[in-house]
Amino acid sequence: MAEPILSVTKINKSFGALKASIDVSLDLRVGEIHALIGPNGAGKSTLIKQIAGGLQPDSGTVRFLGRDVTALDTVQRAQMGLGRTFQISALAMEDSVLQNVMLGALGASGRPFRFLRPVLKDKALRETAETALARVGLSEQALMRTSDLSHGQRRQLEVAVALTMRPRAFVMDEPMAGLGTSGSQRLTRFLDELRHEAPILLVEHDMDAVFALADRISVLVYGSVIATGTVDEIRAHPEVRRAYLGEEE
Amino acid sequence: MSFLLLAEQLLNGLQFGVMLFLTAAGLTLVFGVMGLINLAHGSLFMIGAFAAAAVAAASGSFLLAVMASIAAAAAAGVLVEVLVIRRLYARDHLDQVLATFALILIFSEGTRWLFGSFPLFLDIPDYLSGPVTLPGGIDYPLYRLTIIGVGLLVALGLFLLIARTRLGIQIRAGESDREMIAALGVNISRLYTVVFALGAALAGLAGALIGAIQSVQVGMGEPVLILAFVVIVIGGIGSIKGALAGSILVGLTDTLGRALLPGLFGLFMEPADATSIGSALSSMLIYILMAVVLIVRPTGLYGARA
Amino acid sequence: MTRETLFNAVLGLGLFAFPLWAWWAEEPFMITLSTRVVILALAGVGLNLALGLGGLVSLGHAAFFGIGGYAMGILASHAQSYTPLMEFPFVIEGTKSMPVIWLVAVVASALAALVIGALSLRTSGVYFIMITLAFGQMLFYFAISWPAYGGEDGLSIYVRNSFPGLNTLDPIQFFLICYAILGAVLLLSARLAASPFGLALNAARQTSERVETVGIRPYRLRLTVFVISGMITGLAGALFADLNRFVSPSMLSWQTSGEIMVFVILGGVARLFGPVAGALLFILLEHVLGGLSEYWHIYLGLLLLGVVLFARGGVIGTLAGQGGKHG
Repeated sequence: MAEPILSVTKINKSFGALKASIDVSLDLRVGEIHALIGPNGAGKSTLIKQIAGGLQPDSGTVRFLGRDVTALDTVQRAQMGLGRTFQISALAMEDSVLQNVMLGALGASGRPFRFLRPVLKDKALRETAETALARVGLSEQALMRTSDLSHGQRRQLEVAVALTMRPRAFVMDEPMAGLGTSGSQRLTRFLDELRHEAPILLVEHDMDAVFALADRISVLVYGSVIATGTVDEIRAHPEVRRAYLGEEE
Repeated sequence: MSFLLLAEQLLNGLQFGVMLFLTAAGLTLVFGVMGLINLAHGSLFMIGAFAAAAVAAASGSFLLAVMASIAAAAAAGVLVEVLVIRRLYARDHLDQVLATFALILIFSEGTRWLFGSFPLFLDIPDYLSGPVTLPGGIDYPLYRLTIIGVGLLVALGLFLLIARTRLGIQIRAGESDREMIAALGVNISRLYTVVFALGAALAGLAGALIGAIQSVQVGMGEPVLILAFVVIVIGGIGSIKGALAGSILVGLTDTLGRALLPGLFGLFMEPADATSIGSALSSMLIYILMAVVLIVRPTGLYGARA
Repeated sequence: MTRETLFNAVLGLGLFAFPLWAWWAEEPFMITLSTRVVILALAGVGLNLALGLGGLVSLGHAAFFGIGGYAMGILASHAQSYTPLMEFPFVIEGTKSMPVIWLVAVVASALAALVIGALSLRTSGVYFIMITLAFGQMLFYFAISWPAYGGEDGLSIYVRNSFPGLNTLDPIQFFLICYAILGAVLLLSARLAASPFGLALNAARQTSERVETVGIRPYRLRLTVFVISGMITGLAGALFADLNRFVSPSMLSWQTSGEIMVFVILGGVARLFGPVAGALLFILLEHVLGGLSEYWHIYLGLLLLGVVLFARGGVIGTLAGQGGKHG
């Protein structure tokens, strides 16, 4: 079997007495959506930070595209092609929607240190940015101020920024949160296609979306992965039902 | 340099450090509890010195002067907190910088208007003047020794206050979680005023004690304020322990640098060059110390790790 | 044309027309006053790049202002005493030529900003404010205790430096030089804000995390703008020293840093012409209030307090409404 695009091996992380990650291992293979679910406080966000950069595990390794990236920071992992979306939107709220996507395109171009030509007149960047906006359905909002977007539109914009980077893998932290039913159905269809461009590690609370999309699911409880498997396996898993689905439903 | 001279410089450094601590403690408390950067803290130092000089001139009592300095600075602190500072807690640091810069202008010019541009003098009382002989045969001015004693006592008191009292518990809670202390039913607005007044009183005391060594004049507060910033950067923002360690470190480095560097350069340079290079370099020494701390530990010696 | 653009145009033209009128009316003092406004505005435009676009609250910009001033003072004093600046390992002569002085001022400020910025930007927020203030103070004390160039007393230059083809001793010609530089720097600053670099920097001010996630290092963006900002303020310092034919440690003092920041705030943070409006207002106040009372700084303080507490956005923000900041 080919090496997975992204893999996490035996990661541990604690904050004082709190163990946020305990021997966590999971991987992301070509063409798949791997969903990460778990109750609040299970350590999902901590795990995402260790995968995307920004938080060093106490032990264990993170590999991306066949390379040990554990010691690399967020910027280096992004430059290698890790596209991330945030749970709480991290967008330049004072800027226009277009400027936010242009930023992604600019980062991907690797040449942000250009000082004199207006960025909005850079055809290549602009095309990348506009294509990404069109794909998530935000073309009409391009010139709006980002702070004027609805909560759901901000989630779409998060995804659009990640798209501009043409990443080799996506790490999405609750992209459905705050979307209405139709919004999350549309995003579900979109992610369903997107997995063929690059695999997606999807942290999500919306169980309908998870069961509709995921090739595999990992369940994180109190910092440990208690099960990994297909949708049917996870639905049937007794420990999962007890620890997680039982609480949730 | 002889042992006696070195011991004297060490004590001078300690005395300088202890005074810096009195100023830095208030700054770091106010930042730790309220998240406010207060440039006008130096003005409170100045107010303490002027109040002391005025009361000493009127009453002839040094003790009364020192008490007046504490009272005046605390009162000014309360006034400023209620009228201006309170509106700044929720603002960004830029607004805090500007508003407190404006306060400096108002305080400085106001003081100049009241007292004129000429420096005032605060005399050391007879019972504290003259040298005492310390063990080891060191002759040292009693007044400076008293400052060291008072400073260390205040530091001890402050640690006890924070560790043992109800107010201390509230201050510590305020540093870690502002919403929690509101939930505990603490009157936050009163707590903030008290903390601000406490910081102001300490700065006022420092102003009065220093006023007897230097002259009392408008603008005396800001150099101390900036040194207190250096202290806080070295010690770590919000940490009283860091403020104490930083103060002593800065006090000793500055004093010893000024005393020793010119001589040190004199070992391999012309005396005139050694004096000028040595004194120029020693004036920069604490900032170099700060830069080194920044490189090694950007959050300061006792600051929370990022 | 937005109201802000209109305001900027009126401001720019007014600042040009007034000294021309003063020249015609033979009021050289008014020309000098206008030149002061232009130079201080230039210093503010420098800070505004770091502060407005980069979100870097630097309270140490007097360092660059002073370095620019001393670049002029040192070079010109050596030229006027016919002694070389240094003889080993190679000879450097002083100079009275403005363009050369400007170049030295800009390069020296850039180097200082690189070192100060590289250290200060390891931190953020309040630390950054305190550290920039402290480094400014370090240079201030250095200038005071270094006896070679006047120490506390500063350095005087007998004759204003020269610019090829112009008579710089004529106030209106010197004004025009300064005005042209301000215009060029404003243009540069507008282009910078609209450039790819400006986009990334402006985003880094709002959300550092996002910028990292798209593979750009906020630290490098900030250090770059800090250096550019220092260069511009340094150039302003050289011109200011030339205007007064005098440089002293007071150019390096924390009050100077505070005042440069006040220009930016009075005018409006992140507004292209904010520092111009701010410097103009500052000089007007100094002139008008200073004539009324010796203690005019009290009124300045009250006004500043009022702007911070009640009229955020400064003069331009109040007149032109919110929105439309550059970037």
